[in-house]
Formats: sequence, structure tokens, C-alpha cells
Amino acid sequence: MKSKNLDPDFRIAVVIPAFNEAKNLPSLINELRKIQEAEFQLVPIIVNDCSKDDTAAVARSLKVDLIDLPVNLGIGGAVQSGMIYAYESGFQYAMQLDGDGQHPPSEISKMVAAMKKSGFSVVIGSRFLEADGFQSSSLRRAGIRYLKGVIKFLTGLQITDATSGFRLYNRKALAAIAANYPDEYPEPEAIIYFHKKKLTIGETPVIMRHRQAGKSSISFINSFYYFWKVSLAIIYAYLKV
Amino acid sequence: MENYFSNRIQIIAIVVSVLFLLYISRLIIKGKLREEYAIFWVVITFILILFAVWRRGIDIVAELVGVYLAPNLVFTGAIFAILIYLLHLSIVVSNLHEKNKVLTREMALMKKRLENLKKPKKADNHETN
Repeated sequence: MKSKNLDPDFRIAVVIPAFNEAKNLPSLINELRKIQEAEFQLVPIIVNDCSKDDTAAVARSLKVDLIDLPVNLGIGGAVQSGMIYAYESGFQYAMQLDGDGQHPPSEISKMVAAMKKSGFSVVIGSRFLEADGFQSSSLRRAGIRYLKGVIKFLTGLQITDATSGFRLYNRKALAAIAANYPDEYPEPEAIIYFHKKKLTIGETPVIMRHRQAGKSSISFINSFYYFWKVSLAIIYAYLKV
Repeated sequence: MENYFSNRIQIIAIVVSVLFLLYISRLIIKGKLREEYAIFWVVITFILILFAVWRRGIDIVAELVGVYLAPNLVFTGAIFAILIYLLHLSIVVSNLHEKNKVLTREMALMKKRLENLKKPKKADNHETN
């Protein structure tokens, strides 16, 4: 396991789900391209989730791989599409990086280091392991604490940032995502799914930023729906064989 | 006088039920309603016609199952049937949702593969092995 992770060509497919992120994409891709590490190489794959703005045109002009969904699938569907493409293209590693600029590419090296060190199949970038950078609103933090408790109860795992979409996967996890991934608010539910698939999961501290432009997928009004949807999804994901 | 009114409502009930059945048949013939979803409506309409014609029927059935007031049986039965049918529709929608998602994804991936074929250099770039 460990020797495999020390593969010299540590090529990572960076799946960027983008819904109306035309404004954020150029700077994000620029930042990704600036990262020239010896230990790993990043290949961005933008998944345009049927944006209403010119996300697709911007992605094309940036000369990166683009999966252009003809119908809006939601973040989970977009991520899964990108992951399937990465899987079929033979990538050994893939990660999710949100198109809104919340996940600074400069933090990727921390996650790669964590994966190499631990050999985990899933490495989650957590805002809360070291309380640094953007910490989200108090209501959301309460929600995240609740999710932490539920996940701990069901799996015994200590996940401090279950809603973080900033995640690095190895090929085993990539295969699991290609087979099945939730459509809507996928992050907490996916942790349970990975655990059921017997994938090893770990966290590493990262610093996140405020969204640069656009709106979050979870508004205050939606948070009630979010709570019930995610709670149910977690329970059913746990009960599913 | 009382008899006259109750006859009239019986005739109205029969006419409405038959019209409903004809309308459903028309939808099926025109291909606007698939047979598997029509079964429910056809069966329901037959039941409506049956009890419209056989007026004592509803009282007899109510007595059989131990319901004191026949209209209560009608309401209970109807609400139950509607709930079951709504659940069925939710299942149908979920199924469609899933199929729609897979189709959308496959289409986007197909489009990407086609682009890669048109630009062979770029496609090669992504093969790791």
C-alpha cells in the first residue's frame, strides 16, 4: 500500500465542479498551474454543471479538460462525472477542488503529503483540525459538529469537517465514487459510503478561503432541508449493504 | 321526490364515470398515457361505474368490513388508494431521475471522448499507463 503511494509519477486529476463559476475559474486554474512540485503533478478537469453563465467557454479558453453536462446534475453528479472520466483515463489519484475558490490549490501539497504518509484511500482537508483561515458561519459550524457526532456514532471515525469537499482519493476510492456517489449535498453521506466500502479515511488540516464570487449551494433557507436530507441520507447510506 | 333526486345523481355518476373511462382510453390510444400507469385509472373507473350502477353495493361492502357509515368506507378507501398511488408516482419519478442522471453523465463523457479523438495528442497526454 505504502510503496504504491510513493509512485514517482503522482499524477492527480483535479476535478473542479463548476456551476456559474466563470469569474472564479481563470484565477483558480492559474493558481493550479503555478504549483510545480517535484512529488506530484496536477491535471485539472473542469465539470461544467450546465451553468447559465459562460463557464464552458471560459474553461475551453483556459485549455483544460472540460466535461460539459447538458443538464444540471447537482454538485454530486458533476463530481461523479469528473471522477468517472479520471478513472477511465487511468489516473491513480484524483481530488475534488470546488470551483468557487474556497479551496486554495496551495493547500494540495499538504493533502498529498498526508496521503503519502498515512496510505489512506481518502484524505479530507479539514478547516477545523487547526482553526485557521475561513471558519464558516456559526450555524454551519453547529451543523458540522452535529455531523461529526453522527459520523462518530455510526463509524467510530473522527471527522472534524464532514462537509469539506476538498478531498484527495486514491484509485480504490476513485473506483468507489465511479460506481456510486450521492447527487445532492454528497460530502457527509460519502464518508459513510467510503466507510462501508472499507476504504481508509483520514483528515489533514488545511486553510480555506471565503468564496471569491457567486453564491454557496446552501442558503440559510435551505439549511432546514439540508439537515433532514443529509441526516436521512447518512442513515440510509449506513443501512445500505 | 326523493327518489327522483337520487336517480338523477345515479345517472350523473354513471355518465361521469363512463366519460372518465372514455377519456382514459383516448389518452392510451393517442399514446399520451402508458398502459402501466393507466391500469390504476381504468380499475378505479370500473369500481366507480360498478358502485354507480349497483347502489346497494357500497352499503353491503361497508357492512361486510364492519364500517358503520358507508361514506366513511368510501373516504378511507379513496385516501388509501391515493396515498399508494402517490408513493408509486414518487418511485416512478425517482427512477426517471436516476436514469436521467446516468444519461446526462454518459452524454457529457461521450462528448469529451469525441473531443479527445479529434485531438489525439491531448488524449494521449492523459493516459498514465
